[in-house]
Amino acid sequence: MGKLFAVVVAIITIISVAIFVMHTWWMPIDVSTNGPAIDRQMDDTMIGVGVLFLAGQLVLAAFAWGSSNTSSGRKIKIFPGGATPLVAGAIILVGLEVLTLTFVGSKAWGAIYVAPPPADSMRIDVQAEQFAFYFRYAGPDGKFGAIHPDKIDDGSGNYFGLDPANDIAARDDIVVGSLTIPVNTPIWLTLHSKDVGHSFYVRELRVQQDFVPGLEIPLHFTATQTGKFELVCTQLCGLGHYNMKAYVEVVSQGDFQQWLKTQAGQ
Amino acid sequence: MRTKYFLALTIAVLMGGGMLLFANPPAGSGSISGKITYTGTPPKMKPIDMSKEPTCAKQHTTPVLTENVATGPGNALQWVVVYISAGDQESSAPSQAERYDQKGCQYIPHVLPMVATQELQIYNDDQTSHNIHPLAKVNSEWNKSQPPGSPPIDTKWEKPEFIPVKCNIHPWMHGYFVVLKTTHYAVSGPDGSFEIKGLPPGKYTVSAWQEQYGTQTQDVTISGSENKPANFTFKVLPY
Repeated sequence: MGKLFAVVVAIITIISVAIFVMHTWWMPIDVSTNGPAIDRQMDDTMIGVGVLFLAGQLVLAAFAWGSSNTSSGRKIKIFPGGATPLVAGAIILVGLEVLTLTFVGSKAWGAIYVAPPPADSMRIDVQAEQFAFYFRYAGPDGKFGAIHPDKIDDGSGNYFGLDPANDIAARDDIVVGSLTIPVNTPIWLTLHSKDVGHSFYVRELRVQQDFVPGLEIPLHFTATQTGKFELVCTQLCGLGHYNMKAYVEVVSQGDFQQWLKTQAGQ
Repeated sequence: MRTKYFLALTIAVLMGGGMLLFANPPAGSGSISGKITYTGTPPKMKPIDMSKEPTCAKQHTTPVLTENVATGPGNALQWVVVYISAGDQESSAPSQAERYDQKGCQYIPHVLPMVATQELQIYNDDQTSHNIHPLAKVNSEWNKSQPPGSPPIDTKWEKPEFIPVKCNIHPWMHGYFVVLKTTHYAVSGPDGSFEIKGLPPGKYTVSAWQEQYGTQTQDVTISGSENKPANFTFKVLPY
């Protein structure tokens, strides 16, 4: 029985590791300047925990195999000093690994979430609400109109709470339901939520950031390839959460200018 | 034998009298018609982006616009409810149900007038879930989910009220239930015209309601089977 257990554990371990090594279900393409650092961190983490997993499971299988014959009356060996140094050693070993991953990873994380956005970033406002995302561009005047939450009215398309009657800067603001951005340009988003917690997650851009109602949360990234990608909400936000998504269109500089002109004319 | 006939006759007379007492007053043949127009510059209606809901987006070949100030040629104003707000006789709600559709992630019609206690049926014609949420204040407020293929919601409103309607899943969806006391009403079409028919002679107050610009009234007197004009002009603002 012990031998069978050892074989099953070994087979499960090898198949599990093979799925990761062969990238059977791997991450989607990376189209962001953040991506390489994030992906390297992911690889480091996978190798670190993968080696420990492989070693741990194979040792378990070896022990199960070795001690399957209980009739021989062998003396059971005890870890020097008993259980306490064994557990303490394990905590130190795992702790060291977690600390190392955190230390190395904080650099990749900090480049996205701590470093300020580049000065030449293009600013876009994001409003998340149950169950859609809306995006606001400053329009031809380059200025965003002020936000008045009491003026939010979805029925007339005023998702941000603009006051064009009294605020000239708000009149040409472009508000749309899809995020169109130029390639190779730093984008600086400001995340607002109208109601509850939401999350901005674009797998290909390797960014994920929560919306918190009442806070203006900055998020910046640079897309390196054109294409259409899905933005999904990854914070359970209500009955329509499954349906809360939008598309991110990364286009060339020329196409983007053309798109802006069309939008400004509407 | 004579008693039987007498009994039958009495019942017939009683039933006839009862019908006269409780049925709607005989419909008149007077009418009020006119055109709803605006002065000033109307706000630009905004295009609605439905790309996140492909089954709805593909139902529209031209961009869908918001409808809160729907205008037409000749300064026409659409979706204005014109109704008798005073002078009308008491009448019971029509037995036929009103129909409201959720189609292409829009409410159709944008404004639906009906009579208090009249049956209302709400359909989901889309291949996606809707959660209709009438924001009633006088009547009781509710919201109901309707996955694709659900049977219609059968409901009714007890009291007169102007009720904005939204969808809890698609924030751009917006419409109105206009619940009235009177059975005499009309909604202005794309050319701004309307006609209220079947009015008995009398002195009436006619109200015209637009969701963003409120209510205007006029007094109209109908004698006989004439058609009286009543035009309303709303002052609109670009923002």
